[in-house]
Amino acid sequence: MLEIITSPISFFILLSLFFVGAIGSLLLRKDDDSANIWSNFFAIAGSLWGLLFSVATIISEHTAAFLVNGSPFPLLSFSFNIDLLSAFFIFIISLIALFCSIYAVGYVRHYYQKYNIGALGFFYNFFILGILLVLTASNGIFFLIGWEIMSVASFFMVIYDRDDQENVKAGFLYLVMTYIGTAFIVVAFLLLYKFIGSFDFVTIKSGVALLPIGAKNIIFLAALIGFGVKAGIIPLHIWLPAAHPAAPSHISALMSGVMIKTGIFMMMRLFLDILQPIPIWWGIVVLIIGIISSLLGVLYALTEHDIKRLLAYHSIENIGIILLGLGSALIFSSLSMPALAFLSLVAALFHTLNHAIFKSLLFLGAGSVINQMHTRNMEEYGGLIKYMPQTAFFFLIGSMAISALPPFNGFFSEWLTFQSLFQGIAILDSSMRWLFILAVGALAFTGGLALACFVKAFGSIFLARPRSTEVTHAKESPRSMLIGMGALAMLSFLFGIFSSQTVSLLEKIGRSFDVLQKIPETILVSNSQGLMIENSFSSVSGLTFLLSLVGALIVVAIIIDLIINRSQKIKIGATWDCGTDLNPRMEITSTGFARSIVVIFKGILKPSIQHTIDYSDSESRYLPRTRTVSLGVGDVYKSYFYQPILTMITSLSMRVKNIQSGNTNIYVLYILIALLVSLFSIL
Amino acid sequence: MTIIILEIQIILTPLVSPLCAGVINKIKARLQNRKGASIFQPYRDLWKLLHKDEIISRDASWIFRIAPFIVFSITLLIGASIPLFTSFLTNTLTGDMLLIVYALAIGTFFLALGGLDIGSAFGGFGSSREMTLSALAEGGFIFSLLTIALINGTTNIFAIANADIFLHGKYLFPTLLAFGGFLVVLLAETARFPYDNPATHLELTMIHEAMILEYSGKKLALMEWASFNKLFIFLALWVNLFFPIGLAYTPGVITISMGIIIFMIKIFLGVLLIALLESSMAKFRFFRLPDLLLISFILNAIAIGLIR
Amino acid sequence: MFKLFLKIFKTPSNIIPLQNKDSDQAGIVAVGKKIENKVKKLFRGSLTIRQIDAGSDNACEQELVALSNSFYDIERFGIHFVASPRHADMLLVTGPVTRNMAEAVKRAYEATPEPKIVVAVGDDAIDGGIFKDSYAVLGGVDSVLSVNYQIPGNPPTPKKILFSLLNILENLDKKPVILK
Repeated sequence: MLEIITSPISFFILLSLFFVGAIGSLLLRKDDDSANIWSNFFAIAGSLWGLLFSVATIISEHTAAFLVNGSPFPLLSFSFNIDLLSAFFIFIISLIALFCSIYAVGYVRHYYQKYNIGALGFFYNFFILGILLVLTASNGIFFLIGWEIMSVASFFMVIYDRDDQENVKAGFLYLVMTYIGTAFIVVAFLLLYKFIGSFDFVTIKSGVALLPIGAKNIIFLAALIGFGVKAGIIPLHIWLPAAHPAAPSHISALMSGVMIKTGIFMMMRLFLDILQPIPIWWGIVVLIIGIISSLLGVLYALTEHDIKRLLAYHSIENIGIILLGLGSALIFSSLSMPALAFLSLVAALFHTLNHAIFKSLLFLGAGSVINQMHTRNMEEYGGLIKYMPQTAFFFLIGSMAISALPPFNGFFSEWLTFQSLFQGIAILDSSMRWLFILAVGALAFTGGLALACFVKAFGSIFLARPRSTEVTHAKESPRSMLIGMGALAMLSFLFGIFSSQTVSLLEKIGRSFDVLQKIPETILVSNSQGLMIENSFSSVSGLTFLLSLVGALIVVAIIIDLIINRSQKIKIGATWDCGTDLNPRMEITSTGFARSIVVIFKGILKPSIQHTIDYSDSESRYLPRTRTVSLGVGDVYKSYFYQPILTMITSLSMRVKNIQSGNTNIYVLYILIALLVSLFSIL
Repeated sequence: MTIIILEIQIILTPLVSPLCAGVINKIKARLQNRKGASIFQPYRDLWKLLHKDEIISRDASWIFRIAPFIVFSITLLIGASIPLFTSFLTNTLTGDMLLIVYALAIGTFFLALGGLDIGSAFGGFGSSREMTLSALAEGGFIFSLLTIALINGTTNIFAIANADIFLHGKYLFPTLLAFGGFLVVLLAETARFPYDNPATHLELTMIHEAMILEYSGKKLALMEWASFNKLFIFLALWVNLFFPIGLAYTPGVITISMGIIIFMIKIFLGVLLIALLESSMAKFRFFRLPDLLLISFILNAIAIGLIR
Repeated sequence: MFKLFLKIFKTPSNIIPLQNKDSDQAGIVAVGKKIENKVKKLFRGSLTIRQIDAGSDNACEQELVALSNSFYDIERFGIHFVASPRHADMLLVTGPVTRNMAEAVKRAYEATPEPKIVVAVGDDAIDGGIFKDSYAVLGGVDSVLSVNYQIPGNPPTPKKILFSLLNILENLDKKPVILK
């Protein structure tokens, strides 16, 4: 039975489900409702099939590598390689796509009569199809085809809401950055082809010894930049906070939860699998990038008052945390400590899964809120918990998960990351130790700052009194959206409680890497109660924590409410306002909430304040009419990183432009020189 | 026998924590040349609050109502999971130091949300300041615990408390540095001087008090009790992890009683130090506090660097 | 810092002790609804006071502040001042209620949970005092709230206020307060 489910035929059924969904949605584009139902039905069906496929592959460990004949070019071969790592990522995408598609059934109704729903369904299904190809392709050119499908489909979805010019600009920035990344990936693949002679990943892996060191390092840097653009590492992240808010919310959830993970997937595949053995400085670079991305991501998130930009910066932060795990795995593998590398890798994989779940949950919640409020500005929200109680509850669970609060899943993957970094500090010698100490500091601060940011986000959106009249017109979301969010919240909870079972499945994936095959003694043990690290005897159990917390709550509630002072009366009154009327302007705003942290970190964030005063009388300056204060955060990346590169490229282009003088005689001279040079080189 | 020990372990934190707060107030009063309230005054306060009625704002949601219960239950749970007077109770389920840090963060999370929920001006900026300090203090907190974890090679708190005292003697200097760093974090997390004045009436200077301005009756009792518990938990971690002297190594009436007595003496010394600090310094300006937390972070980083 | 602690230990204690005969000084007047004994028993160990300035000339506030110093030390009886009416058991209102503060005093009263005691301190708070019949005041706290006790005096000395409070809680009659 499992044989059939994990066979190549099954995989093609998976791909064709999405393909049929795409084409059918385009054909049905005249009727909004049926296009919506068709595309989402096939996406749901495909996701369910993908879940079945990936879980069966992981449990049975039946990896599949197969080839489809009939490619028109000799270098391109339609070869697939579905090993355990690919199956894990297929699991992630199927899981998230399932609930995003369920959510989309209700959410897309918001776009009826405005835009073409059929086109949305078409691009949505092709997007997922592209991701599946990226995860399973075993040939460089085939991989790039899948990468292109994924990028182009997501571009069209980012600019879907094209009435707003900002979205179109964001889409353009996204397109440019994606192609810069793709260019670097192509350079990496071309270099591999030059030295090894094939685009096929299996051949490359067996022939990696042919690569000279210099070329290997250049391939590392090109691949790091190329896949880093997709993953959103700092400083290549500038497209993320622009593109993720522009797309429809279920697309943002998929992009943030899955698409940026394809960058991580290829980094794991290349650095831990194909290009082994690797020098130690690769791991150091990845770890440093992880430290910078996690800290800066969360600091920028604190400055935002646009809810989706805030969530986009948190994606950058969590990619940083995943890279902390990946970087330490790379360092340990190049120091021949496979047990510790295994621990770090499992931590990175678990955090990938967890982040996909809770980030999608948060984006879907944000989408529900934005649907009702028609603005992304958090300063106009407030008090939504009374109007949208279920959405508030699910968003609360998402906030607790992303802040790494037990018993939700974020805590356990951060616990594993901490433990792997602790082991590094304990075992490594002085120069590397300080790097790991810095990494632990970054992770500790990131956790605390993320908590502060989500108190701000949840408080501004849902608590206190409404800050605008739009809020009073808000209604709870339709049932399909609630089901999508509720299922993700439940998963976030379950993956936390049953983290040990999940980690034992992840251990299988970790062991499938060649470099981690021979582990002298296992360090990570996940028994039925919880996670445990053998050689340092640390352990944590989610289920016990949850049960004891619930037990304590029940005991306290019974004693306080029922036993002591049963005759207490609870009255509902007004908030204590010191005798004045409270208006919504007196509540703390989300900008004000985070302002203390922004001022503390002003060296990094470079906040700016601009005052503009409009006077009633232009001669004297005693009676201002309006006063505008703009609070901003300095854009360091554009001015120090991209602008110099742009200026350099532009000035270089201006110089080269002089070749095109427009004079035909000069062109004839060029032809003559070229002929002479080729004649001399042949002779 | 084990049942009795477990019972004491669970009950000790909520039972003794108001006494700690009462002793601090008494010592401070004495240093101010007053007589001061009796050391059992917090018990009377809590008893009276539990018998008062409540008024809940109509802007408040279920988060306001549930926050005191969650905050208090978390402190109960953590109080039962850390080594107080014994070191032989092995706790591999909830005794991990990172779990302690993040479980206390759950308490801070709901406390801050409760402060934001009512929509008054004070609750909002109380939550803002609390989250700012808590975010920065968490780094120092994890780092000082990391120093001890590295010395002992484990992050399980009971295993650390069970360790050989001579181990700590070899690493005396890093332990002392981390001890100092933890003191700074302790003062931050328990809202004591120089971070926060627990007796202030000026809302503009409040951090912890501002978030509980709107609570009354039983919920206020739970919030106050939870803050006493948190003080007790931090003191217990401070005196037991860095200098695990006097913990009962084996079950037995003599060792347990000795353990409890020595623990109480250590807590009293900690309380005395806090009271002396509070009587001799002023509260810092808010934007000087991150510098203080950075000092704690650096002390702990140096301590880690000095190990081996 | 050592000089500070040296100074602390050298200063003699100057606390004013409690003697039963001083209870005669307490010129307390009970008006309005009587407070039940049950409530008084509840508050005898721990009483929190929120002091409301309803437009007073700050004379009574100075005397109330003096209650917390080392001479009178109201804390030794378990009484202390709090910032929020939600935490308070007793509202101590001073000053004739000016028109601007009438609404605020009412809101503070409504924000205080039951059981509560309202005490008007000072002649101004009882019937307007020196501001009686002014256009700017409403003339005494009982024009906006239901007052339970009044402490007369302009302003009453801290000793008088202290013994009046203890009398309200009937500490001196029922139980001698033993202090060390």
